[in-house]
Amino acid sequence: MKRRTFIKAAAGAAALATPAIRSAAAQTAPTRNETLIVVQEYGPNSLDMQGIGSAQPVNGVSLNCYDTLLRFKRVPFAEGTMTHDLLNYDPALAESWQIASDGMSCTFKLRENARFHSKRPVTAKDVKWSMDRAVSIGGFATTQMAAGSLEKPEQFVAVDDKTFRIDFLRRDKLTMPNLGVTIPFVFDSETAIANSGGDPWAKDYLKNNIAGSGAFKVESWKPGTETIYVRNDDWACGPLPQLRRVIARDIPSPSTRRALIERGDADMSYGLPPKDFKDLAEAGKVRVAAVPVPNAIWYVALNAANPPFNDVRLRQAIAWAIPYEKIMSAALFGRGVPMWGGPEKIGKIGWPVPSHYSANIEKAKAMVAAVTGGTTISTSLLFDAGSATIAEPMAVLVQESLAQIGIKVELNKIPGANFRGELNKKTAPMVINRFGGWLDWPDYFFFWNYHGKNSIFNVASYQNKEMDALIDGARFATDPATYETQVRGFLQMGMDEVPMIPVCQPFHDVAMQKNIGGYTYWPCREPDFRFLTKGA
Amino acid sequence: MRAILLRFAGALPTLCGVVVVTFLLTRVLPGDTATYFAGPTASAESIAQIKASLGLDLPLTEQFRRYVVALVHGDLGMSLTTGQPVLTELINRLPASAELTLCGLFLAIGIALPLGVFAAVRQGSVIDHACRIVATAGVSLPVFFTGLLLVYIFYFILGWMPAPLGRLDAFASAPPAVTGFYLIDTLLARDTETFRAAAAQIVLPAGTLALFALAPIARITRASMLAVLGSEFIRTARASGLSGPTVVLTYALRNALLPVVTVLGMVFSFLLGANVLVEKVFAWPGIGSYAVEALIASDFAPVQGFVLTMAILYVLLNLGIDLLNRAIDPRARRGA
Repeated sequence: MKRRTFIKAAAGAAALATPAIRSAAAQTAPTRNETLIVVQEYGPNSLDMQGIGSAQPVNGVSLNCYDTLLRFKRVPFAEGTMTHDLLNYDPALAESWQIASDGMSCTFKLRENARFHSKRPVTAKDVKWSMDRAVSIGGFATTQMAAGSLEKPEQFVAVDDKTFRIDFLRRDKLTMPNLGVTIPFVFDSETAIANSGGDPWAKDYLKNNIAGSGAFKVESWKPGTETIYVRNDDWACGPLPQLRRVIARDIPSPSTRRALIERGDADMSYGLPPKDFKDLAEAGKVRVAAVPVPNAIWYVALNAANPPFNDVRLRQAIAWAIPYEKIMSAALFGRGVPMWGGPEKIGKIGWPVPSHYSANIEKAKAMVAAVTGGTTISTSLLFDAGSATIAEPMAVLVQESLAQIGIKVELNKIPGANFRGELNKKTAPMVINRFGGWLDWPDYFFFWNYHGKNSIFNVASYQNKEMDALIDGARFATDPATYETQVRGFLQMGMDEVPMIPVCQPFHDVAMQKNIGGYTYWPCREPDFRFLTKGA
Repeated sequence: MRAILLRFAGALPTLCGVVVVTFLLTRVLPGDTATYFAGPTASAESIAQIKASLGLDLPLTEQFRRYVVALVHGDLGMSLTTGQPVLTELINRLPASAELTLCGLFLAIGIALPLGVFAAVRQGSVIDHACRIVATAGVSLPVFFTGLLLVYIFYFILGWMPAPLGRLDAFASAPPAVTGFYLIDTLLARDTETFRAAAAQIVLPAGTLALFALAPIARITRASMLAVLGSEFIRTARASGLSGPTVVLTYALRNALLPVVTVLGMVFSFLLGANVLVEKVFAWPGIGSYAVEALIASDFAPVQGFVLTMAILYVLLNLGIDLLNRAIDPRARRGA
């Protein structure tokens, strides 16, 4: 990676010039125009994204209340919608950084004026403590850090108060991008340790308290009811947010969430069923920001380790029998990108890419008959009750379609808590599921879903030494040409062997009033209040 | 007094049974808490770590021993879905459910009792038929449907009612907690503006519950009134020349209330548990929705806490009903 130095003199000057205005503004209560009301299905169950068992919305707390060393650069996507670039970064707590000439370490210069909410200046010691914590605490945080070859506390060095270095274990293209996600954020280590009650990672304290430097503080947190954020007027890592107060209410019923956004009582509504997003987008009263979720697909997995689907001919037959168009219109209501009907040979590399299959019942029927000689196969199809809004109609359509080619499918709807357990058993013959990695690389997706390491997400339990070699080759390839060959190799093999049948790449939809601007899509998918604006 | 103590003692085995059964049931359920909370990219190790930190790798007897010891110390455990101690959550959420249920119940009584009395007095009249229709409609419409319908009409179309955002509008702040009932706390704090906001928020959910509770109360009142009105002492009262209202209200109603009160107790406990769906539609932060969310996530502690709380409530409620019956009916006092 090239040397990058970002010293935002302009930002510094602006920060110096505005204190008088800020303190004047701070005296008045936030107006309705400076207050955002977000409605979501459920809110954070902790304030510490590194902690074990933190749910999806906790990512939002990390995003808004804490800072990372660097941020992904925001790039325009559509009107009123921004997305991000995983390979280009904006300075956050680090105002500049440089990769060593041997490519085996990176040195970060911390921002001089960055302070925690406790008014303490941010030091390299805090960064080290936070990184050490992420790789040691266990659970999701540690797994995510390891995805970028950040594995041991010895890798993190506080050189001096404002200089921090990461020593790399190996050259891994995911290391730098992994510093921009919602896990390696920086805690105020002194405050955390002082309140830890003896726990070296202050888990209980940080679960219930913010000790960060981020753009927002949590004013009140009532789990299951609401979270109220207020702006940190001394935020140093970016332009001062326009919003001074954000009220995030937990509204479990999607119908109610839709009514609230349509009536204008909520500024932003998260997590509606695709049909509602389609209706809202068509009605045009509110804006629906739709970003195809990078790296993610809805798929039908076929258990490649056990009969009957260990026979590749049957898997291919099913790939020709999936009613793709019907699923797209009746289950997803068009809220996604089709992932079928592509070229026979993989064209442009990336993920997801369309498969070369499409609905062709006659062809599928003939292929099944060639294997079974006309006897009916009975099997079952699993899906998560938690995503039943989409998965259930999808499963019914697959069931109908497979009945026509001599495969009798029994549907098996599994409650959320049991679903992962069922996947872990590795015995389910057919599964409808969705997966997407935060780090948008094809090899990352394939590592989790197709590799012989057989992670829980290799739902098909697909084992193939050749495939493993291609995936591993791509993960640590150093020159672009090798990388491309390897990726093309595993993409082609994935499509030909079809342990997973890609169906579509889902949209991440968010409905908001038209006066809301600056919406940014991040890998964690949670709303970022820092860049949001609210017009009159 | 002795009778009350005896009743309490009698409830103890029930509560012990509830503790054992809920513990076993939550363990028998096929969910895997650790896998669920390990997050999307969990490895086998991180799942094992979570299991160990939750004590789920211990033998069942040891888990039960720890649970009971904690229970004796008033510790109901931690919820994983909300990350908070179960006891605090229940204490915070019970008043919300209780306030909603009581409002719904009082609303239902306010409508159902007169309706039932009139229907009995004027048997076969328009009011009698109206009573029958309302009662049938009330029980046959599922609460989430009535809830959504009311939201659609009164909030979405007409805009008469505030946004169904829970107990208070997003910009109002909760009154200082005394009873936990916003309608009472706001009055105690002499904050009429917040009182109005809280009252406006509770109208639709309470109305939904009331519609559901109307039917049993109205039907029982009518049936019980009919039986009493046909009895001899009423004929005697009428023959003695007492006025219509006196006969109906003073003599008939008081005697007819006994079964009504018993039914009220049942309806109340039923509503408290069954208002889950109303809580969901109106984003009401009550205990019903709390327990259901926890159950879906195989989050044991809140489920156990919820069942135990409900069991204690039922015991207290039945006791209350008995006492009320004694107050109404002198025979019950002698009988004990």
